[in-house]
Amino acid sequence: MKNKSYRIIVLAKQVPDTRNVGKDAMKADGTVNRAALPAIFNPEDLNALEQALRIKDRFPGSRVTLLTMGPPRAAEIIREGLYRGADDGVLLTDRAFAGSDTLATSYALSRAIMKMGDFDLIFAGRQAIDGDTAQVGPQVAEKLDIAQVTYAEEVLEIKKGKVTIKRRLEKGVEIVEAPLPLLITVTGSAPACRPRNAKLIMKYKRATTLSERQNISEDYISIYDDRPWLNLPEWNVADIDADPSQLGLSGSPTKVKKIENVVFQAKEAKVLQPTDEDINWLMKELINNHTLG
Amino acid sequence: MANFFTDNPDLKFHLHHPLMKKIVTLKERNFADKDKYDYAPVDFEDTMDSYEKVLEVVGEICGEIIAPNAEKIDQEGPRVENDRVIYAKGTEENLETIRKAGLMGITLPRKYGGLNFSVVPYTMAADMVSRADAAFVNIWGLQDCAETIHEFASEEQKDKYLPRFCNGETGSMALTEPDAGSDLQSVMLKATYDEEKDQWYLNGVKRFITNGDGDISLVLARSEEGTKDGRGLSMFIYDNKAHKSIKIRRIEHKLGIIGSPTCEIVYRNVPAELVGSRRLGLIRYVMSLMNGARLGIAAQSVGIAEAAWREAYEYAKERRQFGRPIIEFPAVYEMLSEMKAKLDATRSLLYETARFVDVYKAYFHISNERQLDKEERAEMKHYQLLADAYTPLAKGIASEACNRIAYDALQIHGGSGFMKDYPIERIYRDARITSIYEGTTQLQVVAALTGLAKGTYLKQIREYEETPVKPELHTYRRTLVAMTEEFEQANQKVHDTEDKEFIDFHGRRLVEMVGNIIMGYLLLLDTNREPSYWKSLEVFLRKARAENKAHADFIALSSLNDLGRFKQQEEETPEEEEG
Repeated sequence: MKNKSYRIIVLAKQVPDTRNVGKDAMKADGTVNRAALPAIFNPEDLNALEQALRIKDRFPGSRVTLLTMGPPRAAEIIREGLYRGADDGVLLTDRAFAGSDTLATSYALSRAIMKMGDFDLIFAGRQAIDGDTAQVGPQVAEKLDIAQVTYAEEVLEIKKGKVTIKRRLEKGVEIVEAPLPLLITVTGSAPACRPRNAKLIMKYKRATTLSERQNISEDYISIYDDRPWLNLPEWNVADIDADPSQLGLSGSPTKVKKIENVVFQAKEAKVLQPTDEDINWLMKELINNHTLG
Repeated sequence: MANFFTDNPDLKFHLHHPLMKKIVTLKERNFADKDKYDYAPVDFEDTMDSYEKVLEVVGEICGEIIAPNAEKIDQEGPRVENDRVIYAKGTEENLETIRKAGLMGITLPRKYGGLNFSVVPYTMAADMVSRADAAFVNIWGLQDCAETIHEFASEEQKDKYLPRFCNGETGSMALTEPDAGSDLQSVMLKATYDEEKDQWYLNGVKRFITNGDGDISLVLARSEEGTKDGRGLSMFIYDNKAHKSIKIRRIEHKLGIIGSPTCEIVYRNVPAELVGSRRLGLIRYVMSLMNGARLGIAAQSVGIAEAAWREAYEYAKERRQFGRPIIEFPAVYEMLSEMKAKLDATRSLLYETARFVDVYKAYFHISNERQLDKEERAEMKHYQLLADAYTPLAKGIASEACNRIAYDALQIHGGSGFMKDYPIERIYRDARITSIYEGTTQLQVVAALTGLAKGTYLKQIREYEETPVKPELHTYRRTLVAMTEEFEQANQKVHDTEDKEFIDFHGRRLVEMVGNIIMGYLLLLDTNREPSYWKSLEVFLRKARAENKAHADFIALSSLNDLGRFKQQEEETPEEEEG
């Protein structure tokens, strides 16, 4: 019997490396000083990529495609994915995406996924280390109207259109089953991503988008005709047939009111129980300090 | 995010040596693979870029995975269960990472799944892995066995075994036996040919075999019954993965490189395949295998020395005594400067040797594909002589320097260095083996004396002397010219006696002198290319000049009649014999 193969999409984001924050990490106006922080592959997205690649190892013929949204330099994320074993990738980039919050981002990503056509699985990191919202994955699933499993640590089995997944929760693990097609967000406690592979680095090191190619030396221009895998697709708003009003700042209901430098102190912690009473208290608290509303 | 390639500019400096253009063009056969393999380079710059990018991955794996695992592996060590070796957990993790990164079969041709890298970047990877964990580099570095199969085995054997190395199977070199250590001519392991089954079988015992339970091993065995010397020995491949018919009787408890399993192996009717021709096992194939392994130990020595130097330097800056960091005291900073100079000098010698091996090997493989023209043949011969002369020199000198550097690095740590609390304690233990295995320093000296007798070193020293350097460096060159004259006088005096014992007696002194001159020139040329080596050149030359002077003095005052004074045991005379 021929093994089934799967069509897998991995959502990945290029983020500033907030794990090694120095004193110049924030600008005076309270926004992130991206120039001071190296741009990296969002760590939990690497855990997600590893889960996707493991399925490809188990089911030969499966295809792993990376999808990332960001400025032109985010093409680096696709190369990083290709070096580790992804088959291809798409960079979603357009000035119209600038300023997108999680709602607008998930709208753009879902339009791109629809354009890609059939898929079985979408993997994403649980959350990005710059925004820490953990919202994009779940919102993409909602927009595509498919099932989702969050906080996944390991895909245990795929059989007869169903996926068995181990979730890592605050107080233990949970084994769940969900139908394909499915979106899975992966936590940082999942196995680390495999290293970059020497042959794949040599194969893909010159993979670039058309806009990146404007700046490279003439010497290697001809290889893009001979080696089609070096052409990284770049999609804009028109390519994904998106409604501009749902994108960028106009499509983003989130408004950043103020950013403060906060020094955490242990005495500020308060443990809430999952009771109506405690949740009501929390809602009031959040409204009072204008976090909500 | 530690990266052992990007944090060490010396590596990139040596990678971009002018001779690389020749090496890469030969190794890539003028980039003939570029349309056949999607990862093959299209030109020289592309190849160098690939070397750098791949070495960056090696550096990252060394810094992020192999180095952090080293301490636990040293504590846990491998063990034997049911006649099989079980690696320490960290060793398994290292191997798995290395496999996934595609870092096995680095120098093998692409048709077998290799990266087709030249010896220089491969040696550089070994340099970094050794800095991370000197025990692990032995397991990883046994991919050298594949090189011997590539050089001497049949096409069929190459097709069978080489792709397996590239996929991450490990090797081992089973040469040593209880009664055949330095003297491999006395190997006894028996190889018998069963005509009916058209199959060779091995019987006997091997000892001190690194990674003896590896997947594919090269075994030296006596195939010619009744012979007693090296001409009765042949080389065999034993496929441990397929047969699992050897027994690991025990693994040694060692002072250092604990993570590397050193095995005693029992062979009982173990099936094996002959490599190449009978009787050439020791005299041809082992010599090539050993030369590769010796270069590997030179790289291991430099990597360990790098680790030791860094530990000492960091400690000396942080440790305060008498109200000051100890690095400010002359006794400490002199040690550190000498360590750094020795490290830079031996690393330069290592990569000079790797380049010579590279050119020679490339021509050797090309000569198997087509006839070389006259000029190419002459060049191959030239580089073969240099490779043969420089390999024992590099192994001997780098391993001794590594021990010295590790000793001083521990010394700088004071009492704390003697405790298990700092990595220097492990590094110091790991360093010790480098001047022993793959031929002791004393045997490297014997091999280097051949290079001396053939005039290979002196000819190359003249080449260095004639290489133009910037005017401000001429004063250093004058020092080296004077050191060369001094050496030639000493050498003349020793060799004029035509007495083998007298030459052997002074062998190490002569080889150390010539090594100092060569390393001095290499540092001079390095400084000419990159001025930041000036300090190491200055320190090294001051020390080397004084060392050579002492040796020259010793030789000048020595005569044939003195040897007896150094003999602790009275020579036996027939009259005194009993019975």
